[in-house]
Amino acid sequence: MNIVVLVKQVPNTTDVKIDPKTGNLIREGVASIINPEDRHGLEAGLQIREKLGGTVTVISMGPPQAMETVCECLAMGADRGILLSDRAFAGADTWATSTALGMAVRKLGEFDLILAGRQAIDGDTAQIGPQVAEFLRIAQLTYVRRLDAQEGKVIAERALEDGCEHIEAPTPVLVTVLGALNKPRHPTVEGILAATSERSPVEVWNAADIGVKVQDVGLAGSLTHVVRTFTPKGARDTRRLEGSATVIAAELLEALRQKEIRLGE
Amino acid sequence: MGAIVIDLEKCNGCTMCSRACPYQAIEMADKKARWIEDRCTLCGACLESCKFDALFGEMPVPEVPDFSDRRGVWVFVEQHDGEFHRSAFELLGCARGLADELGQEVVAAVLGNDLKEKASRLIHHGADRCILVDDPSLAYYQTCTHTHALSELVKQHRPNILLIAATHLGRDMAPRLARRLGLGLTADCTRLTIDPDERILLQTRPAFGGNIMATIVSRFSRPQTATVRPGIMTPLPADSSRTGEVSVAQVDMAACREFTRVLECVLPEEKGVDLASAKIIVAGGRPVCSDRGVSVLREFADAVGGEMACTRVVVEEGFLPATRQVGQTGQSVRPAVYFACGISGAVQHKAGMDGSRYVVAINKDPDAPIFEIADFAIVGDLFEILPALTRAMRER
Ligand SMILES: Cc1cc2nc3c(=O)[nH]c(=O)nc-3n(C[C@H](O)[C@H](O)[C@H](O)COP(=O)(O)OP(=O)(O)OC[C@H]3O[C@@H](n4cnc5c(N)ncnc54)[C@H](O)[C@@H]3O)c2cc1C
Ligand SMILES: Nc1ncnc2c1ncn2[C@@H]1O[C@H](COP(=O)(O)O)[C@@H](O)[C@H]1O
Repeated sequence: MNIVVLVKQVPNTTDVKIDPKTGNLIREGVASIINPEDRHGLEAGLQIREKLGGTVTVISMGPPQAMETVCECLAMGADRGILLSDRAFAGADTWATSTALGMAVRKLGEFDLILAGRQAIDGDTAQIGPQVAEFLRIAQLTYVRRLDAQEGKVIAERALEDGCEHIEAPTPVLVTVLGALNKPRHPTVEGILAATSERSPVEVWNAADIGVKVQDVGLAGSLTHVVRTFTPKGARDTRRLEGSATVIAAELLEALRQKEIRLGE
Repeated sequence: MGAIVIDLEKCNGCTMCSRACPYQAIEMADKKARWIEDRCTLCGACLESCKFDALFGEMPVPEVPDFSDRRGVWVFVEQHDGEFHRSAFELLGCARGLADELGQEVVAAVLGNDLKEKASRLIHHGADRCILVDDPSLAYYQTCTHTHALSELVKQHRPNILLIAATHLGRDMAPRLARRLGLGLTADCTRLTIDPDERILLQTRPAFGGNIMATIVSRFSRPQTATVRPGIMTPLPADSSRTGEVSVAQVDMAACREFTRVLECVLPEEKGVDLASAKIIVAGGRPVCSDRGVSVLREFADAVGGEMACTRVVVEEGFLPATRQVGQTGQSVRPAVYFACGISGAVQHKAGMDGSRYVVAINKDPDAPIFEIADFAIVGDLFEILPALTRAMRER
């Protein structure tokens, strides 16, 4: 099977802090990581290759720094890595991102399976998978937590809010995966050396390489635009309750009663 | 389409532009620069490089199209087994406010089989009109069939705004639909308002795990489409005196190719808890990760008639099921009171509960961030406070 895995480099959002004075995001010192669910996508691709043969190609769109992520994927076992990097790609919304990723997949030629994370932790949109599938006019399966690939088709278990469904799709198909799918392997030392060596199978493609015009990608090609960002803050008047536990309990229940909150009904 | 124009009089063949071009889209020919349109991405790097004013760019300026004929605030009504999902009523409540502001109508779009009888409920909850696509292939959700039906409806009626719940179903279909119709799409909005000047939809959503909020607009496409977090918007009370037209639209379902085949749908035997509509929630964090902790929490929840909930840590440690997790990756809740017991108040947790009317926080640490959004702050040990509260409730 020819497998393509979409991976994104993201800031580790658990480290992201807000500067209390300016209200801006402090990005310094925040580590960049492979989007967690994308590692599970790659692991799934590697397992399928081990079972059915074929190749695993990772594609990532991002600044030159995202090469780290592509190399890490090679060190885990991917055969080939492509970084889409160009000033023109910057500021893309999901429309423009899916255009670039879709054009890159097309340029690769024949493929059977595309794997992506369900969502990226920086944007949490979960839109790229379905949008790339629609761009390529192929089937999509989202929220997948079990996946069995055979020649010509895949059978997946999709998580629903309650329960799940078992669903079959013909290849080519795009699958977005959840962390529950598998346990990703670690990169190997030989893998890291090979990935960063002279003969490393990584390529950097720019807008012209994938055949898109600047006005169709990046900020210029986006259909949505951010007009404002701000830090959420709770505008609540906090009342502190003090004293013994019994006193606090009595005061709280009385205060809630005055606010016409009915407890215990 | 734009173009790069080279003034051959002024060009002295210095090759600066050719070297500045990242795409090899300028060649030197006869000691003059020559533009190769096929390779050019109109990035403008060459323009800046020319010292002799020999290059001009005719760059395309994105023009905002005139969308004044697009009317109506549409709600996609999610249904399962012929029952409307509660998110549909939340979206109708939200759409009503937006439509009144714009002086337009609220339209409920329903895809399903044999649902005409039930459509009046949507009118009672705020829709002015209801449009159905009625077809057996729409009884159970499948991506391409639903995307086809809804995109055909949108093409026929040209709405101004389209709201879709950010459920698993909505997040599977909406991006596919948006890509097909060329629409900007904002995911997981928690606040929607109309810009007073531009009259466009301001779509506000959390980003970076809730660390910042971003307000996003779609100026270049219609309908302005957003998925909306379930559990955030308030449904309107049913008003059975409201009336409105219910019509069945003709969509050629044979024109659509469905790739997938559903083999089986497995629903849990026990229905999940409905935290989203709970009025009182008693939530515990890491310190309740013990049998004693859970029972202290449960006793208080029983005494106040509330639902138990928790942070992700408690789910990960296996003390409460994932259906009770509140937060960015769990449920969004909006109770009258939220008791946060031993919860630090991480952004990912707050993202799911800061719409609560009153927040009571009990935490040993006076600097815990949860206190920033608390109406009542109790600095203390939950193992003393909760039993005291339970006792006080029982004594009443
Ligand atoms: C991508 C992502 C998504 C996430 N999604 C969610 C989500 O949906 N929901 C969620 O909840 N979390 C989520 N998290 C995790 C979140 O970041 C926090 O780790 C989590 O909410 C912390 O839970 P906690 O408050 O229970 O634990 P802690 O942060 O460990 O806090 C425990 C608190 O209890 C207090 N305490 C201890 N003992 C007592 C006592 N005896 N009496 C009173 N107070 C006491 C402590 O002072 C402390 O403030 C997510 C994280 C990531 C990275
Ligand atoms: N810039 C990117 N490069 C490669 N893959 C991406 C990129 N952005 C998103 N993806 C893929 O799409 C998934 C969903 O991302 P999102 O829609 O942004 O939440 C991610 O888990 C990745 O697999």
